[in-house]
Amino acid sequence: MTTLTTRPASRWERFRDSFLLYSFKRDLIAQLSLLVFILLVAAAVLAPWLAPMNPYDLAQIDILASELPPFWVDGSDPTYLMGTDAQGRDLLSTILYGARVSLIIGFGAVALQATLGICFGLLAGYLGGRVDAFLMRLADIQLSFSTLMVAIVVGALFKAIFGGGTFSDYAVPLLVLIIGLAEWPQYARTVRASVLAEKGKEYVDAARVMGLPSRRIMFRHILPNTLSPIFVISTVQVANAIISEAALSFLGLGMPETQPSLGSLIKSGFDYLQSGSWWITLIPGLVLVVLVLVINLLGDWLRDVLNPRLYKG
Amino acid sequence: MNSTATSPVSEATQPLLALRGLEKRFSLSGDFLEQLQFKGGKLVRHQEHVHAINGVDLEIQRGEALCVVGESGCGKSTVARTVMGLITPSAGEVHYAGQRIDDLSTKQLLPYRRRMQMIFQNPYASLNPRMTIQQTLEEPIRLHHPDWTAQRIKDKVNEVMLSVGIDPDWGPRYGHEFSGGQRQRIAIARALAVDPEFIVADEPISALDVSIQAQVLNLLMEAQQRHNLTYLFITHDLAVVEHFGTRVAVMYLGRVCEVAPTATLFARPRHPYTQALMSAIPRLEDDRPQHIRLKGEVPTPVHLPSGCVFHGRCPHADTRCREEVPALIATDDGGQVACHAVEEGRI
Repeated sequence: MTTLTTRPASRWERFRDSFLLYSFKRDLIAQLSLLVFILLVAAAVLAPWLAPMNPYDLAQIDILASELPPFWVDGSDPTYLMGTDAQGRDLLSTILYGARVSLIIGFGAVALQATLGICFGLLAGYLGGRVDAFLMRLADIQLSFSTLMVAIVVGALFKAIFGGGTFSDYAVPLLVLIIGLAEWPQYARTVRASVLAEKGKEYVDAARVMGLPSRRIMFRHILPNTLSPIFVISTVQVANAIISEAALSFLGLGMPETQPSLGSLIKSGFDYLQSGSWWITLIPGLVLVVLVLVINLLGDWLRDVLNPRLYKG
Repeated sequence: MNSTATSPVSEATQPLLALRGLEKRFSLSGDFLEQLQFKGGKLVRHQEHVHAINGVDLEIQRGEALCVVGESGCGKSTVARTVMGLITPSAGEVHYAGQRIDDLSTKQLLPYRRRMQMIFQNPYASLNPRMTIQQTLEEPIRLHHPDWTAQRIKDKVNEVMLSVGIDPDWGPRYGHEFSGGQRQRIAIARALAVDPEFIVADEPISALDVSIQAQVLNLLMEAQQRHNLTYLFITHDLAVVEHFGTRVAVMYLGRVCEVAPTATLFARPRHPYTQALMSAIPRLEDDRPQHIRLKGEVPTPVHLPSGCVFHGRCPHADTRCREEVPALIATDDGGQVACHAVEEGRI
């Protein structure tokens, strides 16, 4: 028996020596994506301080300055760098605030999906039998409704019962709820598959022999070992949720015009596309595409790194 | 054999563990819908089972090391896992210190979990890769002694780590930073952490290097002496059995065919299967053609043979063997054997 005298590595040293960081340093696309993503998130989070004007404040909106083009087009006003929309709101400010709404809904919906999906997936995979059959059929049923359909039904019901005004007040939590509920089976299936693989390993038997309660075995022993796939689908799901929100807003089922997200901005500009005001749709559209693209690229990179077939850690 | 459960016996003399008519079937047919089949124009429910263990009777006395041997698929591990409550038996009973334990709930079983522990075959899979050694060893102590202070738990972890030859300074390391032998030592430390009196070891050394096997085996024997442990030791290595076991149980196709003290079994195997098994041990002076060659294959545990499970390959089988299942009967040299031919004095 040899004696090890070195002291064990701290968390930071582990991270510094990890394959994750190593491959990140070697992947230009991942670095660029992370940079763009951080910039976009920072801009969105800091919108109240960065934006030239507050699009929620009606007093700052000048209807006479509506449909002004961005600065590089003739007829632009230098106060409005990216031009204005049909209501005279500064487009840059509106995009920053809109990106904030989109990101809040994206992350919120994914947090809800993940919570539901992880709990159901763990229960289904660990308990098996009838619980598994019931939860997985529930997931199948849920998947057979598209997000749009759920949103239309819930949105219409909510509007009919509480009225459109209440709907705009609660639009963000409602959209989080709709997108979160519609997509949890993605998590549940992934988690269940990982749990089934982990459940057969002897450390789970060892925990059972110890007499640990099922809940502790599921959350303390199995869940930490299924985190890699959860990370990977989380990135993809954030992008999906942002897209779903944009699609819903575009259809008029999402964020109201008064507190626009990227999707509702695109929609509000769509009506003026024919009359030559292309920037109202195109610029928020580009921001949306870039945001989703960098998240997906990061997700791709993460999947490659964490894929046990490519790299066994 | 079955009288101890009913007669009032003090804890010291009754067996620590008793299995009575233990059976376990695993379904092969899937869920209810998959079991439905069309046969001759009628919808019938068709079920198939693997009969992993079929009526195992065993008793383990305090302080002994009972080795269970048999070839792959004979149900050794299923017996171990059923004893530990990882699998619920399809029929039969498990008694621990006179108390039936196979029908208890997880909560009711908790006091027994402290008294009986298990060591697993694969040390690469039996330690949680996301937990440090310290966490792994603290967890069972914390669970079974919720009133202990942090310092006392730490002291106990240090003590068990030292007792298995692992430096307590390695506590903050993860399982994958250790070799197979070291990991198995840690797994043994985890089992010893709650001061059990009975340990089920499911092939604890078969995944290790030959050079490490002896170390771990010695560690287990040391622990037995120090803590007065009782072992149920599952193995297919007959050399280990000779070295380690007080008594040996030989299993074939989910049944115990012979139980005997180790020396007796090796000197004079009674059951025809045990005889064949013993003759298969390679020896240095192996120049005489003394192997007993068994014909055919082990029958599938899905369709069990009638009568004695070994009759198809037994050179002494007659019509009674084909029809009647032999029960374990006591032999004159302190063992038990389940064989009609031995009972009738034909061999």
